[in-house]
Amino acid sequence: MNLGFTSTEWIFGTIILDRLNEIHGFQVVANNLGNFAMGAVLTLEITLFSLLIGMVLGLIAALGKMSNNQLIKFVAVAYIDFFRGTPLFVQILLLYFGIIPLIFDATPVQAAIIACGLNSGAYVAEIVRAGIQAVDKGQMEAARSLGMTHGQSMRYIILPQAFKIVIPPLINEFVMLLKDTSLVSAISAHELTHTGKMLYASTYQAVWVWGAVCVFYFIMTKAISMLGDWTERRLATE
Amino acid sequence: MIVVKNLHKSFGKLEVLKGIDCHIDQKEVVCVIGPSGSGKSTFLRCINRLEEAQQGQVFLDGEEVTAPNADINRIRQEMGMVFQLFNLFPHKTTLENVTLGPIKIKGMSEEQAEDIAIKLLRKVGLGDKDHVFPAQLSGGQKQRVAIARALAMQPKVMLFDEPTSSLDPEMVGEVLEVMKDLAHEGMTMIVVTHEMGFAREVGHRVFFMDEGILMEEGTPSQIFDNPQNPRTQSFLSKVL
Ligand SMILES: Nc1ncnc2c1ncn2[C@@H]1O[C@H](COP(=O)(O)OP(=O)(O)O)[C@@H](O)[C@H]1O
Ligand SMILES: [Mg+2]
Repeated sequence: MNLGFTSTEWIFGTIILDRLNEIHGFQVVANNLGNFAMGAVLTLEITLFSLLIGMVLGLIAALGKMSNNQLIKFVAVAYIDFFRGTPLFVQILLLYFGIIPLIFDATPVQAAIIACGLNSGAYVAEIVRAGIQAVDKGQMEAARSLGMTHGQSMRYIILPQAFKIVIPPLINEFVMLLKDTSLVSAISAHELTHTGKMLYASTYQAVWVWGAVCVFYFIMTKAISMLGDWTERRLATE
Repeated sequence: MIVVKNLHKSFGKLEVLKGIDCHIDQKEVVCVIGPSGSGKSTFLRCINRLEEAQQGQVFLDGEEVTAPNADINRIRQEMGMVFQLFNLFPHKTTLENVTLGPIKIKGMSEEQAEDIAIKLLRKVGLGDKDHVFPAQLSGGQKQRVAIARALAMQPKVMLFDEPTSSLDPEMVGEVLEVMKDLAHEGMTMIVVTHEMGFAREVGHRVFFMDEGILMEEGTPSQIFDNPQNPRTQSFLSKVL
């Protein structure tokens, strides 16, 4: 069996692999693939739950910001401005050590999801608002002229069209959020970056360990953007 | 059936309607003509309150449309509107465009709404296009679907805002034909238009608007053959 390689290439490859195995950092990475994978899965979980919270909050906040009710508008704007105007890292610390303990006893992962979800909601709100405003204003007028309420027009006419518009920026937000979850390693949620930290602390193989962490992040972000491209193409043909 | 009293509308400092008074009877077809920017669209949009007038009143069958506590969503069901740029719902099929109002607003069953919609689509000559999306229709077809969509709410009045102005010339006729049929069936219509032939043939009365004022009104022959106001004369000399 030579898998299509010439015998020279085959010998060369074997020599390289032997050489790599002599390198300590390579062994560290190779022996800890399972730990990296577990970290990556947790990263993905935190991201997905945060995004879910973010999308719900973002839709509510976007509608709130466009509301005619001044109180609702104020609350929505304050929420969006605070979470977009301060560092996510500080928000994580404030929520995990400061605010959440006043309410309930959260695990680091729960706190991470809450913090990232709240943060993401503020960004999604702006994405959704831009999407709604990109829908031709004649659509709202046509719906209202039939006798639909503002809410019905939003639900049946505006939001379904805004949805298509916001898919690309939402996918982008998904990628950003996934990368930003690395910050929750600061509160010891055992996601991918935290896995890297632990392994680095016990081996000091900075290039190999952090290099491997990058590769794992990259695989995930690449997969998400490919999924995004695919969705976009499918929606475009409809 | 429609009564408008002293209607004023400004956008910021720009006064667009400077006190409009008029009445439109049941089964009457009124064509509104006038130069671009004279406030024709704004007049129409104040009638169903897509724009809020600052002063004045609009009545539909004696009910004040402009009252602060008027149930505007119910009143709008009785006033169909057709727009210059169609404003069809692009994410819905032709059939869904027509059935959406009856189902969601009137709470009609899907079968009943589809029954009505199919009949209306046939009436506007698009019985075979029910599962097509608006993007696949020509301009004239889109506007005919838009008319069917408005009719599906069984309105008492139809408001048309330059329904043929954005159409290629060869499609104008098919839309005007549908409107003519509607007029002959006794629909009350207010039509803002630049189609003077249509206004003369189908209109019972013609309003000439200029600079936010209803300058002159009369039968088509009065307005077209014997206009009294110099502004009407000068406008008609340019367009006829
Ligand atoms: N939403 C708006 N905001 C500001 N100005 C407007 C708005 N709608 C219309 N106008 C202005 O009001 C005037 C009358 O417009 P319109 O009623 O559309 O005229 P017409 O339909 O006769 O061409 C125009 O000068 C136009 O620029
Ligand atoms: Mg106009």
